[in-house]
Amino acid sequence: MTQSNTVEEIVSQPYKYGFITEIETEKIPKGLNEDVIRLISTKKNEPEFLLKFRLRAYEQWLKMKEPDWSGLTYSKVDYQDLVYFAAPKQDIKKKSLDEVDPKLLETFEKLGIPLSEQKRLSNVAVDAVFDSVSIATTYKEKLAEHGVIFCSISEAISEYPDLIEKYMGTVVPINDNFFAALNSAVFSDGSFVYIPKGVECPMELSSYFRINSGDTGQFERTLIIAEESSSVSYLEGCTAPMFDTNTLHAAVVELVALDNASIKYSTVQNWYAGNEEGVGGIYNFVTKRGECRGKKSKISWSQVETGSAITWKYPSCVLQGDNSIGEFYSIALTNNCQKADTGTKMIHIGKNTKSKIVSKGISAGQSKNSYRGLVSISPNAEGARNYSQCDSMLIGDKASANTYPYIQSKQPQSNIEHEASTCRISEDQLFYLQSRGIDFEESVSMLVSGFCSDVFNELPMEFASEADKLLALKLEGSVG
Amino acid sequence: MISSTSETILSIENLHASVEDQEILHGVNLVVKEGEIHAIMGRNGSGKSTLSKVIAGHPSYKIESGSIQFKGKNILELEPEERARIGIFLGFQYPVEIPGVSNLEFLRVATNSRRKELLKSELDTFQFEDLVKDRLKIVEMNPAFLERSVNEGFSGGEKKRNEILQMALLEPIISILDETDSGLDIDALRIVASGINRLSQPNSATILITHYQRLLNEITPDFVHIMADGKIIKTGNKELAIDLEKSGYDFIDKNTKEKERAK
Repeated sequence: MTQSNTVEEIVSQPYKYGFITEIETEKIPKGLNEDVIRLISTKKNEPEFLLKFRLRAYEQWLKMKEPDWSGLTYSKVDYQDLVYFAAPKQDIKKKSLDEVDPKLLETFEKLGIPLSEQKRLSNVAVDAVFDSVSIATTYKEKLAEHGVIFCSISEAISEYPDLIEKYMGTVVPINDNFFAALNSAVFSDGSFVYIPKGVECPMELSSYFRINSGDTGQFERTLIIAEESSSVSYLEGCTAPMFDTNTLHAAVVELVALDNASIKYSTVQNWYAGNEEGVGGIYNFVTKRGECRGKKSKISWSQVETGSAITWKYPSCVLQGDNSIGEFYSIALTNNCQKADTGTKMIHIGKNTKSKIVSKGISAGQSKNSYRGLVSISPNAEGARNYSQCDSMLIGDKASANTYPYIQSKQPQSNIEHEASTCRISEDQLFYLQSRGIDFEESVSMLVSGFCSDVFNELPMEFASEADKLLALKLEGSVG
Repeated sequence: MISSTSETILSIENLHASVEDQEILHGVNLVVKEGEIHAIMGRNGSGKSTLSKVIAGHPSYKIESGSIQFKGKNILELEPEERARIGIFLGFQYPVEIPGVSNLEFLRVATNSRRKELLKSELDTFQFEDLVKDRLKIVEMNPAFLERSVNEGFSGGEKKRNEILQMALLEPIISILDETDSGLDIDALRIVASGINRLSQPNSATILITHYQRLLNEITPDFVHIMADGKIIKTGNKELAIDLEKSGYDFIDKNTKEKERAK
């Protein structure tokens, strides 16, 4: 049938964010060794404890092997051929946005993230990260009135070293995995959020990550701490220019929720995915984990993954506190030669802990899209409950979808439910919409949005429409 | 009867169509003019539903030969959405469920695509809500159906009413209603039939595909066609439908056989 060919054609949409910003960049020489780590630490004026943290991680990393269990095949990264620190040349200690290079502001504006006072988003505070450094954080003062700290991780290291020392590496230990160890050794920047006791963060917080240099690995680090009875909603967006080489992105995100605290972490990932033949694109090898340390705490991950050549990540929840709740809502859209292996881990430790997983995978072209998840219930987690739902939609006949649900229960008084389904875009549904005057393209994107609606409903409002548009964009194109 | 000066809306000539290399329509001829109501009856598998899908442009069917003209223009090259926009409406026998897509939003997008063709302004959410609430009365539907996903969890009768609601919003020039009466109880049948009657305009036309005379008691057809084996084998007025109801399709078979013998 020609129908499926046309569907394939319309999911192939040129990447809109592939431009490069011409800006003078300060880079350290390629390669990784102890001196490079010391150099990064010196450049960032870091305290001794952090240098030690980095060196310990490096030592561990040297002993570790790059994992190969996922079944993802990719040309191996030459870790000595990467640049570990790149920053646009400018006065490092910029005091206000006026001092930021206009080219950078322009770049973010082109990406739909205006930072200047007049244009910035009205109810979202943004931390903009360009290659290895944070360019600007908006609404800092307003947030400070509420005691909320929102800044780059570099700034947090110098301004709030006690918090960093207390929490960094406690959720994702330095030797957790190969990429997390590498990140712990060389991370350059990222975002830091601290919500004090009893405070409901008055606005959405958001970080926007932009990779600009082709040969630079991006290793950002995010740490969010929600004190007792506080709450925050955090958004993360990512884009990169088009290069025909693969760029490594190995981030670490750690979340800590104390008693009654709640953290909602949403991601729209749109890194460059490589061309139709699979040349170039970002390797998105990320470790994201949250710990519900306190009683009745809650961590909710939602993600819309549309970019990257390879995505390999499992935002997870460690449900330590009794009655704590973990959630994972995911949409992963892959096309052409993209591969995604993504899912979550829900580790139930406390009593009456609850988790919910809703995953929607859409694969088009020759892409591979896998859900891989673990639900683990420890002997003490009496009354633990999990519900998982994993749905896959295939577009065309060359794409594949897999579901790997792992369940480990050591507690008989627990309840685990798992549902899974796979479907194709149905010709009858398409014809129905078309026969009401709706374009073929729009019909496809309506069906895909409908398929994803359970997850869209979990995204913050402004973000949901943005994510819907992003999916539509990916699905848009000329009808053949 | 209809005056001979009224304009032809749909003209089908010697239409042959196949699906998966199997020919289903073996030369259909049909002319529908403004203001007319046609009924097409026939056994299961006689090609009635195929004819309706071919007119609407379903991609699974291949036209082998013959033509379909809408207002004098060949439509065989048009996509289904283009046919819908110029005023061809197909009411489905089995409307599909579309999970996650809001009925209200679907109806709005569909309505706006037709309005664009008619050079009318597009309606925003609020303007559309006013319009749709008004049209809901025609099919006596509860506004709660707008908030649900398209046809999801609707009963058979609710799905059919939703089809007539779409017809009311799109204001088509020709409506082909494929077994809209099947699966309806007496009350729902009356509501649907009165909806169809209210929506018929002097410059539009309707084709009712049905098995049963009972719909034709509510909507009086100008012509009744009997389809068998991919062709229209007999055309008459509403008396033909009554005869058919009385004697069953065997009566047609007998008639045709006699005719063939006479030849």
